[in-house]
Amino acid sequence: MSESEFEAVVTRSDGGSVIELKGVVNRGAKEGMEAAFEEASAAPGEIRLDFGDVEYINSTGIAVIVGVLAMARAEDRQVGAFGLSDHYREVFQITRLSDFMNIYEDANGPS
Amino acid sequence: MFSIRRRQKSGSGEPAPDALPAAPSLEPLPIPSGDVLETALLSSGGPIELRSLDVSSPAIDSLKAAGVDLIVPLIGQGELLGALYLGPRLSDQAYSTDDRRLLGSLASQVAPAMKVAQLVQDQQVEAKERERLNQELQVAALIQQTLLPKELPSINGWSVDAFYRPARAVGGDFYDFVELSDHRMAVVIGDVTDKGVPAALVMATCRAMLRAAALRHDSPSAILADVNDGLVDEIPPAMFVTCLYAIIDTATGEVTLANAGHNLPYVRSGDGVVELRATGMPLGLMSGMPYEEKVYRLQDGDVMVLTSDGITEAHNDDGEMYGFGRLMGRVGQKSAPGQMVNVLIDDLEKWTGPDAEQEDDITLVVVRRTASAEASASAFDAGPDDAVVATFTLRSEEGNERIAIARVSEAIAGLGLEPSRLERLKTAVGETVMNAIEHGNHGDPDLDVDVVVSTNDLAVKVRVTDMGGDGEIPEAATPDLEAKLAGEQTPRGWGLFLIGQMVDEVNRHRFNGTHTVELVMNKKGAEG
Repeated sequence: MSESEFEAVVTRSDGGSVIELKGVVNRGAKEGMEAAFEEASAAPGEIRLDFGDVEYINSTGIAVIVGVLAMARAEDRQVGAFGLSDHYREVFQITRLSDFMNIYEDANGPS
Repeated sequence: MFSIRRRQKSGSGEPAPDALPAAPSLEPLPIPSGDVLETALLSSGGPIELRSLDVSSPAIDSLKAAGVDLIVPLIGQGELLGALYLGPRLSDQAYSTDDRRLLGSLASQVAPAMKVAQLVQDQQVEAKERERLNQELQVAALIQQTLLPKELPSINGWSVDAFYRPARAVGGDFYDFVELSDHRMAVVIGDVTDKGVPAALVMATCRAMLRAAALRHDSPSAILADVNDGLVDEIPPAMFVTCLYAIIDTATGEVTLANAGHNLPYVRSGDGVVELRATGMPLGLMSGMPYEEKVYRLQDGDVMVLTSDGITEAHNDDGEMYGFGRLMGRVGQKSAPGQMVNVLIDDLEKWTGPDAEQEDDITLVVVRRTASAEASASAFDAGPDDAVVATFTLRSEEGNERIAIARVSEAIAGLGLEPSRLERLKTAVGETVMNAIEHGNHGDPDLDVDVVVSTNDLAVKVRVTDMGGDGEIPEAATPDLEAKLAGEQTPRGWGLFLIGQMVDEVNRHRFNGTHTVELVMNKKGAEG
């Protein structure tokens, strides 16, 4: 799987940042995800991950997300997620990722 | 072809055609290549009066005897294409300078047309020859394909596979399986020298003689000796047949073989690869030849590979032969059961390149003793009601797990799996295939991952097999997310856990170097 199958676009605002994820979240996404997280960290507030355009997440992608959560925890930053399919919501629950990030219905909505 | 024509008699006005005598013609008088006249015509480039030549040659002498006076060469691209021969003028006057100029001009126009005509004629001859050769090749191919086995033997506890691909020129390769009495089976592979129809006819004769000899003799050496004596009187000069004849006792695994100058067979076992060596002269060279006989016992899981020299003598772009060493090494590498033919042919094609024209027939016969494999595989199967809906093989390359997901999804569409359960199965398949590629086969692209999808009334089953049966299989454990987030553990390690959480049942099985994971997903959940 090549890194080019993943893309992360950061949008910063006063209320926090959104990282729009596209494509495949696997080990190839690590570098792009971490760079996006650092960019998003320049703004205060929660960083929300938008999974609406994500086609596929595997166990190595979960490891990448865990890495980002560890970075967030180190700087005491809240992380949220939205746009997850029902299946990946279930995966986030099974892996307990959802215990450490806020899951929302959409970019602005409540969980 | 050259011809001689007398010039028409010139008159005071325009000649009346019906008043002229008919010009006599002679049989063509060829100028042999290398004759001094040919040299003289090419060097002059224009008409030559024969009597001006003060040399003698067979062509000059015969033309003089035929009354030829003037020769006008027809030259195209430095080549003497023909010549016009003219006798004395009817007026008995010598050919004038204007006559010669006119004839030279005529020749310069005729020569290119003649060259074109010759090229067309050559092409027609070549086309006819090509057509004849093609028809001959079709006949040869038909003979071979008619006589090769239509079906592979189906013997409990054994797996037999064969591959045959003729070269364009159709060589004389053949293979055969003969069912004998007392649970014995003969496996034969051979190669006739020469190509085309002659080789195909000798192949047909040899195959018939081998089958007939099998009715009279019990041992491979006696069969080869009998056929050799019979062939010596039948085979055209300078032709012979190499042949390996093996009789397998399918109950005990004992292989008795004799060899008439053919490529040695290889056996891959748990201890590596060995050549089964037995000596003997090719068939059809000399009568009264003895054939050494060897006995070998195939154990469960052992694979015997018989080949023709079309494999070992194939060349790459640098002119290097594939060779016995490479073949033996490739036979010895791990491959999934039933994939040996594909592995060897893939490797050969990598060696020769994709566009290389095949030099010789390629024949492969692979015999595998599978008794225990079948027994344990059937024990591993959930039940007789399972129907296989897809089987496919993937190379161990990163990303192929997504191909597996797509193919499994396609195979089980319409089987009644609840959508949420389908998604979970897809994730489990992806993780299992990824583990097979990365951990079972260590990312070696030459090792395959086999996937079998089956179903019954209640469940869908996906079996993923890699070649990692010798390695340790870790148990799935629940990852400690707090420790990972605190940086005390690596963020990785989710694969086995996810697999176990996604499906209803995970079974594992090792056999003969392979490792299989079976994912069982009930079509409906407990709540359904």
